[in-house]
Amino acid sequence: MIGADAIIKCLEEEGVKAVFGYPGVAICPFYNSILHSDIESILVRTEQNAGHAASGYARVTGEVGVCAVTSGPGATNLITGIATAFADSIPMVAITGQVNSSLLGSDVFQEADITGAVESFVKYSYLIKDVQDIPRVFKEAFYIANSGRKGPVLIDVPIDVQNAPLKHFKYPEEVNLRTYKPTVKGHAVQIKKVIKELENAKRPIICAGGGVLLSDAQEELRTFAEKYHIPVVSTMMGIGVMPSRHPMYFGMVGNNGKPYANRAMNESDMLIMVGARVADRAIAQPDLITENKLLVHIDVDPAEIGKNCGPHIPLVGDAKHIFEDILNQEFSCEHPEWIARLQEYRDSMAPKRNPDPKYVDPAKFIEILSEKMEDDAIYVADVGQNQIWSCGYVNVRKGRFLTTGGMGTMGYSIPAAMGAKRALGKDRQVVAVCGDGSFQMSMMEFATIRQHNIPIKVIVLKNTVLGMVREYQHYTYHDQYSVIDLSGSPDLEKLAMAYDIPFTRVFNMENVEQKIENFLKEDGTGLMECIIDPSDLVK
Amino acid sequence: MHKKVFQLLVDNTSGVLSRISGLFSRRGYNIESITAGTTADPRFTRITIVASGDDLILEQIEKQVRKLVDVRSIKELEPENSVYRELLLIKVETTAEQRAGVISVADIFRAKIIDVSPDSLIIELTGNQAKIDAFIGLLDGYTILELARTGIAGLTRGADDVVWFE
Repeated sequence: MIGADAIIKCLEEEGVKAVFGYPGVAICPFYNSILHSDIESILVRTEQNAGHAASGYARVTGEVGVCAVTSGPGATNLITGIATAFADSIPMVAITGQVNSSLLGSDVFQEADITGAVESFVKYSYLIKDVQDIPRVFKEAFYIANSGRKGPVLIDVPIDVQNAPLKHFKYPEEVNLRTYKPTVKGHAVQIKKVIKELENAKRPIICAGGGVLLSDAQEELRTFAEKYHIPVVSTMMGIGVMPSRHPMYFGMVGNNGKPYANRAMNESDMLIMVGARVADRAIAQPDLITENKLLVHIDVDPAEIGKNCGPHIPLVGDAKHIFEDILNQEFSCEHPEWIARLQEYRDSMAPKRNPDPKYVDPAKFIEILSEKMEDDAIYVADVGQNQIWSCGYVNVRKGRFLTTGGMGTMGYSIPAAMGAKRALGKDRQVVAVCGDGSFQMSMMEFATIRQHNIPIKVIVLKNTVLGMVREYQHYTYHDQYSVIDLSGSPDLEKLAMAYDIPFTRVFNMENVEQKIENFLKEDGTGLMECIIDPSDLVK
Repeated sequence: MHKKVFQLLVDNTSGVLSRISGLFSRRGYNIESITAGTTADPRFTRITIVASGDDLILEQIEKQVRKLVDVRSIKELEPENSVYRELLLIKVETTAEQRAGVISVADIFRAKIIDVSPDSLIIELTGNQAKIDAFIGLLDGYTILELARTGIAGLTRGADDVVWFE
C-alpha cells in the first residue's frame, strides 16, 4: 500500500461516495488509487466548482463534502470554493496534490503555498510530510470539518508522500485532539434563564440562521415554535428552517428581506437568535437591537456571541441539543395577540410589485416554480437579483433551499445543485435558479452533468445585465451604468443544443404554469430561459 | 484603549505562530509584542501576547484565538496576579569619558555590561516594561546605536490555574 491508497481507504472509512475534482500530475497517485475503489470521481470543468459541488453534497447529506485537485493553479482555483464553504460554515475536506516535499519552497513548476494561501478561509489545514500521518490527519480533518462550527479543512499532500509505501494501515477509531473540543450541550443554568424569560415575554420571536440547518434541528425548531407559540423569522441562510407557508413563519429578515419580518423582529420584546451571526445583511445596526428587547444568542461558536452585539443571555451549544433540552422542561406560554399582530403585518405589508407584462415576472415565476416542484425538492439559488427574488418568493415545504448567503459567490448554483443531486440520487428533484451573469460563471459544468449523468434542472432569469450591480448603480450613481451590459452572451438555445440538453424559452407569464410543469416533468437535465425586465428592481 | 497580556498554550505544530499572528493581522487586532518558546513538554509552546484595543476587541481576541484548533488554552495574565519580564539588549556609543557614567546608570538598574569595545557598550537588562522604559529614558543623553527588546514573557503567580499536560 502507498500513501494514495491510504487516502482512498480513509475516504472509504468516512463513507465518502463521491469526490469532485480535477487531476494534474501532483495528484495523479490519488487519482490512480481511486480507480480501485467504489468511490465515484466526478470531473468538474474548473476547480472552483469542485468546491461548490462538495458544498452542495455536504449540505443535503450532513456529511463532509470532498474535493481533490492538483497543486499550484489547481489548488489556487479551488480557493473561492473553500472560502465560500468557510463563509457558509459548510463541512468540507479539500485534498490538494503538492510538489515533491524535497522541493517545497523552491518555486518549482506548479508549486503554490496553498496551506498558507487558504489560512484565513479554513478551519484548519495540514501539509502531510510523513506517509504514516495520513490516517490520523484524515480522521482529524473529517472530525474538525463536521463538528462545532462546521467548515472546510485542507489537506496538502506532496506527490512523494502519496507514493511512499505504508506498511500498516489502521484508521483511528477516535480523534485525540488535545486542543479542539467544541461545546455541544448548552449550559443548564443559561437554559433555565431562557425559560424564565420566555415565561415573562409578551412578544418573543426566534430568528433562525443557517446553524439550525447545519445542526439538523428543523424538526426541533418547529416543535419549539408550535408548542410555545413563538413566531419565527429567518436569515437568508436559514430559509427552509420552517416551511415557507407555516403559520408561525414570518419570512426572511434583513435589508433584502420582508418588511413584515423586520418589523416583527423590531417590535419583539425578546429575540432568540439561533445559529445566526447577526451579520450586516440581516441586521444593519446590531448595536441597536438590544435597546428595547432582551436578546438571547444561541450559537455553537462562542466567538460569534458578542461579536456584533452583546446578548443578555449567551448560550453556547448546538441548536438541536439546546432545543431538545428546552423542550424537556415543563412550562408553557402563549402570545395570541402578538401572533395576531404579526399575521396582520404579513397580510398588509407584503411588498407590492408592478411587473411589466411584456416579460416574465421573476417573483411570480419563482412562486409558481417552487409550488410546482416536488415537496422534498432541492432549490439552489445563485447570487444576484435572482437570489433575492428566490429568497423572497420560494415556497419551501419538505425540501431544502441552498444558496451562499455568507460569501455570495456568483456561479454557485449549478455546481452546488450538481453536488446535491449526486448525493441524493435520481428520486430527488434538484433545481438551480440563476441569472445570466451567474450562469455564465459555471455553464461549463453542463459537460460534467452530461458526462456523469447528474440530471438537474437549470433556470436562467435572463435580462442581459448584471442586475444587482445595475440596481446599485441605479440608486447610488443615479443611473450611470458601468460595466453591467452582458450583450455578447451566447444564445442559450444553441448552447443547450451543443450540450444536447432540452431547452425551453419563456417570454412572459402567459401559460407559464403549464410550461413549468412540462419542464419539470421531463426526465433528465433541462435548461429554461426566462426573459425578465432588465429595469426590474428587487426593492 | 486598554492593554492586556494573554498567555497561550498551543500545540507545537508547524505554522502555529503564523496561524496566530495571521489571525491578528486579518482581523485588524493590534499586537504590541509577542514571544514564544517551547515549554517543559516539547509538544507545547507557550506564547505571551500583549494586545491593545477596546473591551469588545479584547474579548473577541480571546474568543477568536481560543477557536484556533492548535490553541489549548488562552488566559489573561492580570497584572495583580502575574509576573512579567522582558529582556533588553542595548548598544550605547561611549567615549572613554562617557563610559563610567553609563555604567553607573546600569548599576542602579542592576543591568549587566555584556560587551565592551573602545567606543561602545552592550548592556543587558531584565525587568518589567516600566523598568525598561525608565532605563532607556535615562540613556537619553547618549547615542543609542542599537536596541533589541524581546517583548514580555509572563506567568501567573501561584499554582492554582496551571494547565496540566495529560
